[in-house]
Amino acid sequence: MRDRIDRIAEPWGDRTPYRPGQPWPVRRDAYLTGDGVDRWVPTASLLHSNGDAMDVAVRDGRIVGVRGRADDRVNRGRLGPKDLFGWQANHADDRLTVPLVRRNGRLEESDWDTAMGLVVERSRHLLDAHGPGSIGFYTSGQLFLEEYYTLAVIARAGIGTNHLDGNTRLCTATAAEALKETFGCDGQPASYTDVDHCDTLALYGHNMAETQPVLWMRVLDRLAGPEPPRLLCVDPRPTPVAARAEVHLAPRIGTNVALLNALLHELVRTDRIDHAYVDAHTVGYAELVAGVEKCTPEWAARICDVPAREIRRAAELLGDARRLLSTVLQGVYQSHQATAAAVQVNNIQLVRGMLGRPGCGVLQMNGQPTAENTRECGADGDLPGFRNWENAAHVAELAKLWNVDVDRIPHHGPPTPAMQIFRYAEQGSIKMLWISGTNPAVSLPELARIRELLRAEGLFTVVQDLYPTETALLADVVLPAATWGEKTGTFTNADRTVHLCEQAVRPPGQARPDLDILLDYARRMDFRDRDGAPLIGWHDPRTAFAAWQRCSAGRPCDYTGLSYELLRERGGVQWPCTAEHPEGTERLYTDGISWADPDTCESYGRDLVTGASVSETEYRALNPDGRAVLKAAEYLPPHEDVSDDYPLQLTTGRTLYHFHTRTKTGRTPQLDAAAPEMWVEIGAGEAHRRGLGEGDLVEVATARGAVRARLRVTALRDGLLFLPFHYGYWDTPVRTDPGADGGRAANETTPTDWDPVSKQPLFKTAAARLTRLAPADGTPAPAPTTGAAAPADPAAAPPTTGGPAALADQRPAPAPEATP
Amino acid sequence: MNPVEAVLRTLHDGELALRDDLLAAAEDHRAEHEFHHVATDTARWSAEHARLIAVTAAARDLRLPADHDPTTLTRLRRKAAADLTPRPDGLPDLLEALAALHLAASRNSLHWEMLAQAAQAGRDAELLELASRCHPQTLRQMRWTNTLIKTLAPQLLTAS
Repeated sequence: MRDRIDRIAEPWGDRTPYRPGQPWPVRRDAYLTGDGVDRWVPTASLLHSNGDAMDVAVRDGRIVGVRGRADDRVNRGRLGPKDLFGWQANHADDRLTVPLVRRNGRLEESDWDTAMGLVVERSRHLLDAHGPGSIGFYTSGQLFLEEYYTLAVIARAGIGTNHLDGNTRLCTATAAEALKETFGCDGQPASYTDVDHCDTLALYGHNMAETQPVLWMRVLDRLAGPEPPRLLCVDPRPTPVAARAEVHLAPRIGTNVALLNALLHELVRTDRIDHAYVDAHTVGYAELVAGVEKCTPEWAARICDVPAREIRRAAELLGDARRLLSTVLQGVYQSHQATAAAVQVNNIQLVRGMLGRPGCGVLQMNGQPTAENTRECGADGDLPGFRNWENAAHVAELAKLWNVDVDRIPHHGPPTPAMQIFRYAEQGSIKMLWISGTNPAVSLPELARIRELLRAEGLFTVVQDLYPTETALLADVVLPAATWGEKTGTFTNADRTVHLCEQAVRPPGQARPDLDILLDYARRMDFRDRDGAPLIGWHDPRTAFAAWQRCSAGRPCDYTGLSYELLRERGGVQWPCTAEHPEGTERLYTDGISWADPDTCESYGRDLVTGASVSETEYRALNPDGRAVLKAAEYLPPHEDVSDDYPLQLTTGRTLYHFHTRTKTGRTPQLDAAAPEMWVEIGAGEAHRRGLGEGDLVEVATARGAVRARLRVTALRDGLLFLPFHYGYWDTPVRTDPGADGGRAANETTPTDWDPVSKQPLFKTAAARLTRLAPADGTPAPAPTTGAAAPADPAAAPPTTGGPAALADQRPAPAPEATP
Repeated sequence: MNPVEAVLRTLHDGELALRDDLLAAAEDHRAEHEFHHVATDTARWSAEHARLIAVTAAARDLRLPADHDPTTLTRLRRKAAADLTPRPDGLPDLLEALAALHLAASRNSLHWEMLAQAAQAGRDAELLELASRCHPQTLRQMRWTNTLIKTLAPQLLTAS
């Protein structure tokens, strides 16, 4: 193992091969600037969903570097490029340091009293004049648990509005919904350690190499060791995962359900079914078999444009597995029939009886670091603690916990999902929208519409953020927030691992932790409980955590066995963690299905095509014993397909070096340089047919809008274009909108359409037209060469490197202890 | 025409009408994105039901009216309906549309029930299979419209 390498050029570092069942060997990564460290502060990573444990190096009151924690279960010392370099964005010159208030059309510097006074005045006025339904909250997947829980209590029992959701609706809502549909309740069944044990790993729409690079290192180390797992990759792009897969299926976008139904058809046809498991732990098998009866590989091949023999090979891979781990991400969640497809992956796992044992499980992944907490705290379209809004006993538990009347907690309908919140704002019935830690002016679909509604006179917008984002620049009040490293709290990754993130340095200027901002609002609004005591009885992260523990007690996400001290001492611990299970819980469902009982489940489920609610009565009849539900779903053609005007399919997605709308990664020199500008991907065959080449300046247009960028020719499937969704306008002259050079944000082109079950918007199913504006001038597209955007012809673009600035340490054994 | 054939004919009319109404409502409410897309998806169910009914009917020498171009006739039908139906002032259009679709689906559902019962009493396996194939989707159309009314009514009726 080399001591020091360029981690932009080699994002996954060197290998530490291991065999099945062995613990993943340690590799300790670090990146330090300058000389000397005053202290190391434990935390975990915040620019993806993996939850890599790390220590922050502090010198003279400033963060100067990071190192991975070798003792932590998640990463065993490793860090990804965003972990290594992303902290530098804390020091960006344009951090928000004072509250801003819009006066005469301009945002002007103000102070906390004035800014919060305006927010409170508007809240009171709207509550009096229009009721709680006129106020909405749109939060993030990047705050801490303590902050989400506080926000959930403020929104649900303070204001009493149903309109609270997170941008996790864009990244993880389908994961939650698929788990609810199958298991009755949210909660990740498997564990990252299942990578250590599996003999077959199926990744559906999950470019793990770029979205969760540290987990991919774990897979690479298994692939480099004895008895490596066999990989199945379903992805239209030539990802690093596809390159290592035994079978790679690259379907037309929008056809996941057809493909998965054909895989199920083959498993049934060849009787690769664990009938004992199915009989003991599931309901609905006969309906599933009937549902996939006609879904032959030949049928799916016509729809998906994938050879039938490859579908058969994939089914054989799944059928031959003795320890099958499946993972799912945005290629499923942000595509047509999102939940229906994600549920079929659960079904494959169940009919194969591959659940709750080492190497056997499903990981319905998250996109964001703290997405799990938005879900469990009730800030993402459910009630806190995975409680069921239709179950009167669950609502009564919350009312008792918060000491308020049951009627004060809105439960007449489902909590409003984000896309519907924005629709109500567009209609004018939501008149105040408080946006925290997210940038809808770049991340939501159909941006021209979003900008218009954010600018509307009738909508008062409060934006709580770190930087002058595109969204903040359109706000009426901007609240400067502290970020990771500047505040304390906990968060939970995609495999239920809880980490404590401690404050290392002071926030800049007057910026405040999100928790302090929310507590200040609650105080000023004077929210009271039934006895006249303050509704929010906590005052700092630790007391907020204690309040959440009481809320979580007895639910699947039980935190009662955890404490800040325990997390500090042991690093990551997986929930549920209770007095009976003080070590936490590695896998759910080791002994059957535990949370699908009608009295305890989080949801009675929905129709996978229409989204219609299944009633409590129907659920009790269908699933009286609380088993897993095998739900079949018929394939539907995509809502937007190719036409004469728009002959190409269009999808959007990610690169390893950026996160979301680049608010942090665009302000991190090494990451920004690795992927500095927007690009468009096309396959070599498609480019050849159209007489296009690397570096051509092109326009991609849909019925909504257009973007311009240089063309990258890759090994992408025919008939498809790909746009990275990270780029917006904050670092362009106009700052909020397309300028003279046309659109730059992929979401200028995406449709407003969402999965009717999970309500997740579909960023990956559209039709587009491609026009060449100018031939290449010798400059290749500014796309990285390390991942799925690699050029089909390696000579077409220079390899992506980071140079001396990107050199980071990697060591096989723990580094020496911190200097005092 | 025997009474069972009359049910088939009524169902054929009802499914084509529901298809047209769903497509027309989807068009009228393009900005209600979820409604627009699911209405279009479930219109496909009704179109398929009508096709299957026509196939069954043809096998019995029952001639059903040929299908029409949905868009033109729909406009006429809707215009006539709008002229005839008294609309309460102030009820949001979307809720009104959902209620009308729910009632149309309920009507079809009752006819499917009749057909299934007649099929069982008459030991008519082919008709029973037709009803078993289609009726569940009609029930799903009803549940869907009901769910949307339950979800949207609070905001549309109290906060607008």
